[in-house]
Order: sequence, then C-alpha cells, then structure tokens
Amino acid sequence: MAVIEGIFEPGLIVTTVDWVLDWSRRCSIFPMTFGIACCAIEMIATGASRYDIDRFGSGAFRATPRQADLMIVAGTVTFKMAERLRRLWEQMAEPRFVIAMGACAISGGPYHMHGYHVVKGVDQIVPVDVYVPGCPPRPEALLEGLMRLQDKIATRTIAKQKAEA
Amino acid sequence: MTPPEIIGLLKKHDAAGVVSAVADGAYPHVVVTAEKLVEVADFLRTQSQLRFDLLRCISAIDWPAKNSVEVAYDLISTSFGHAFAIKVMLDRVNPQVESVGGVWPAAQWHEREAFDLMGVTFLHHPDLRRILMPEDWPGHPLRKDYQDVVEYKGLKFNP
Repeated sequence: MAVIEGIFEPGLIVTTVDWVLDWSRRCSIFPMTFGIACCAIEMIATGASRYDIDRFGSGAFRATPRQADLMIVAGTVTFKMAERLRRLWEQMAEPRFVIAMGACAISGGPYHMHGYHVVKGVDQIVPVDVYVPGCPPRPEALLEGLMRLQDKIATRTIAKQKAEA
Repeated sequence: MTPPEIIGLLKKHDAAGVVSAVADGAYPHVVVTAEKLVEVADFLRTQSQLRFDLLRCISAIDWPAKNSVEVAYDLISTSFGHAFAIKVMLDRVNPQVESVGGVWPAAQWHEREAFDLMGVTFLHHPDLRRILMPEDWPGHPLRKDYQDVVEYKGLKFNP
C-alpha cells in the first residue's frame, strides 16, 4: 500500500480507530450495478480499463444492494422508478452513500420543464452525498465525484457520527 | 408494388372501407373506417401480391381541432420490400378501435403503448394494460390537453 508504505518504524504502527475505519471504507467503496439511463454508459466506461475505477477500490460492482456501499444514480429517475429506487436504497447496509450522476438525477435535466414522468432530482427520494453534473458527465467527472466522496468519508469519526437520515 | 397499385388493389377488394387515399409524397397511405380496419389489415397481410407481414409501428396522433384521434399503422413487406400505411380517424372523447393483434401479434405492445399514452381503447385486446406509466397514473400524457400531475405518491412534480 503506497499510502502507508515506509512511514512507520519497524514493528510499530500508530493510528486511530477512526483513521483505519475511514481509510478502509473510502478505499473499498463497492458501487451497486445501477445504471438507469444513458449516464450508465459513462459509468460503464469508468469501470472499464481506460479509466479503471478499480484504482480507487470501487471496481467491484455488486448486483445486490445488500453488498453495496454506494448507489450511483446514473440516469433519469421516473416516478415509476422512484419507489423501487427508494426500496433499493433502504436495502443497502450502512454506511451507505449516494452519488447523483448527471443532470437528470440532479434536477430532472432536459426533462425539467416538460417531463411528465420524471422526478425533479433524486434528492427528493434519497439523501445525496455527491452531485456530479454533466449530460452525461465524462468518466473523469465521475472519478472526481468518487474522490470527493472519499474525502467526505475521510472526515467521518465514530465519536460524532449521527444517525443517517 | 407502388403505392398507386396497392391502393388500386385495396379499392378493388373493398371500396366501401377506404375513406381516402394518398398515393404520392413521403407517406403514402389509406384512411379506412374503424369498422373495416381488421378486414383491410388482414387483406394487406395475406394478399399474395402484397404480403405486408411486418407491422413496424403504431402511432396515435391527437388532433384537438378536428376533435379526433388518428391511429396510423406502418407496414412493410419483407418478401417484396414495399412499404405502406393504414390510418383510422377516431372520436377524440372515446376513441375505440378493434385490435389488430390477431393479424400481427406485434401489434399488442404497440396498442398498449397507444392506450397508455393516448387513451385509445383497442377492443378485444387480450391484455390492455398500461405499458410505460404506473398502473395508477392519472390521464394519458401525450394528449394535447394533458395536465401534469401535482404530486405522485408524495413526490411533488415541481418541488
């Protein structure tokens, strides 16, 4: 591990429980396989070898919410999908995180004015940690969003942690 | 076959069913009466020189000014490569037409879509349910006078 290599005296490790927990969490965020529109194509590209989300420990896309830490809402959320999305989020084990990827998931995007079937922002249904704008966002943008989520996880502490909404 | 020849064959078969015909332009088609639709469809599919065996699309168009809903059936023949279309004009308040699912099984999902988004009722359809919108959705969204919902299951339409 490059992060911790060579920074300790032989036979001595000094750390805090917080740091170890946060480090292990932020370096193995398993996303859920959850592409619901065209943003999913960019999410797939992010997972493929050119951008390689595995470098951040997030390459293990889980096919079940029970093994996932992160829900990347990659696409348009319709009213019909909304209750299913909420149920999937409820099935995820805590700590759980949500990235709203793309204009549709953030605000309804191109459907904001005339989309009779589109929820105007996934944050109406589930709490969102990171918003990644774009239509669709490039893989670099999604990786940036993932890194911001890692930053956010790094500040968590077992002492002050509040119940999630 | 060319569109004029197709129209000629149709009129020879059943002149009463054909309301009007357009032989040239980008969209050659016949307008038939709703009562004769299935008969005309069956003729187009089975006639040995026509063989329209593929229903490409069913489109419903709302015309508030004409007080009607138009349903268009796009056909293509994989044997001969020619294309044609049938249209029916229906009453806008209560649009009803016989299902052509017995002629082209592919019609069933298209008819469910037209029912879902435009509110056209297809008689004798085996399973006429909404296909895209939730089952309990109010109204038919692609109608010109459709009003957006204010709220659906606790979610505000315009938060």
